[in-house]
Amino acid sequence: MQLTQGFADPAIDAARVFRIVLDAMSHPGRIVALPGIDAPAPCSPAAASVLLTLVDGTTPLHLAGAHDCDAMRDWVRFHLGAPLVGPQGAAFALGTWPALGPLSAYPQGSAEYPDRSATLIVDGAELRREGARLTGPGIAHEAFLTLPDVAALQANAAQFPRGLDILFTSGTQLAALPRSTRIGGA
Amino acid sequence: MTDYNFAYLDEATKRMLRRAILKAVAIPGYQVPFSSREMPMPYGWGTGGVQVTAACLVPEDTLKVIDQGADDTTNAVSIRNFFARVARVTTTEATAEASVIQTRHRIPERPLTDGQILVFQVPIPEPLRFLEPRETETRTMHALEDYGLMQVRLYEDIARHGEIARAYAYPVRVEGRYIMDPSPIPKFDNPKLDRSPALHLFGAGREGRIYALPPHTRVESLDFEDYPFTASKAAGQRCAICGAEDSYLDEVITDDAGGRMFVCSDTDYCATRVAAQAEDAA
Ligand SMILES: [Zn+2]
Repeated sequence: MQLTQGFADPAIDAARVFRIVLDAMSHPGRIVALPGIDAPAPCSPAAASVLLTLVDGTTPLHLAGAHDCDAMRDWVRFHLGAPLVGPQGAAFALGTWPALGPLSAYPQGSAEYPDRSATLIVDGAELRREGARLTGPGIAHEAFLTLPDVAALQANAAQFPRGLDILFTSGTQLAALPRSTRIGGA
Repeated sequence: MTDYNFAYLDEATKRMLRRAILKAVAIPGYQVPFSSREMPMPYGWGTGGVQVTAACLVPEDTLKVIDQGADDTTNAVSIRNFFARVARVTTTEATAEASVIQTRHRIPERPLTDGQILVFQVPIPEPLRFLEPRETETRTMHALEDYGLMQVRLYEDIARHGEIARAYAYPVRVEGRYIMDPSPIPKFDNPKLDRSPALHLFGAGREGRIYALPPHTRVESLDFEDYPFTASKAAGQRCAICGAEDSYLDEVITDDAGGRMFVCSDTDYCATRVAAQAEDAA
């Protein structure tokens, strides 16, 4: 079995990746660059960095569509130790937007504990600063980001404080869309 | 190899803290529960804020630590030295140079900027606790946005004292949703939270809660139409050292005969002003 490398210096690399992800989550729509980590296709280096930083044996992971392949399952078992689950039990999910399926399939958090909701890593679609207009916490005036399905994401935001938080990854790029972001038309 | 974990905490603990911090940023003003760990410092000072700082630091950071505005207290110095050792960060007393600022009970006078993180030490994270001791009840009140009791209590203050009698930990409303305790900062500091370009993170160690204000978040101090919020301090006072009229002042006793003076609580702000005045005079 061939397993790709994880982080070269796990503690420091994870700290740096976290700070970049925190910057993205604190500035919805901001496109940030992550270090390139090799992971089995079709997982992007950015998504692999996020997984290595945030996911472990305590966080059930859902692999969707083509990301749910033998090589990826082996990589998750070796590097993360996260239990692989269906959407309804996931703390994190990884896949392309179409493969991840309806957002309502994932834990949305409760009114008392809205933090008990899934974080989706939407992998593969190119990120550009155009398209849907974003406003809200973390955004000084407005931001723009290409979104796969504006209506579904508006419905997610409308549930605030419940709802999913989304990390879009492509190559070594990442942008975040927390549930707090208000989404205008494209 | 090193004989300690980077930033003291083990990797599993930092992942748990980092997940909680991201959820806190995604739900501004909501208190995310986390499993608090022991830290090698006096309880009561700050294991909540210290854990949040430990989860955030990278070796490239420049860290400032203030206790009631001062960089030179025993606690501030020991925490700064601790992170210099375990996270290999550079330290500073200059607000402008810091990428991460850990604070107990003050916000620096100098406006913070995009990219800076201010980490607060929080003793009691629940702003409704003085009204309702039961956690299940306060959690339901936040869930239902049932803040009527809070409004009534504040209004009783006004009836009794002619104003809302709270100089510290003055409650705020975040983006029109959650009521949040800004930690025991003077209410003078409250307006600095509103739409700040910096990221504000709050850690409560004993109760195991993390909450956040992302940059540019709307933060309103609770008030009433007929009794608007005022961020007042002692009127007409100025700093005896630098002459500042716009900073938060501490009253200090100067001699046994009861002599007193007012000086800036923010020691870096005061020293920066004194240095600038010396340069102008030269
Ligand atoms: Zn002064």
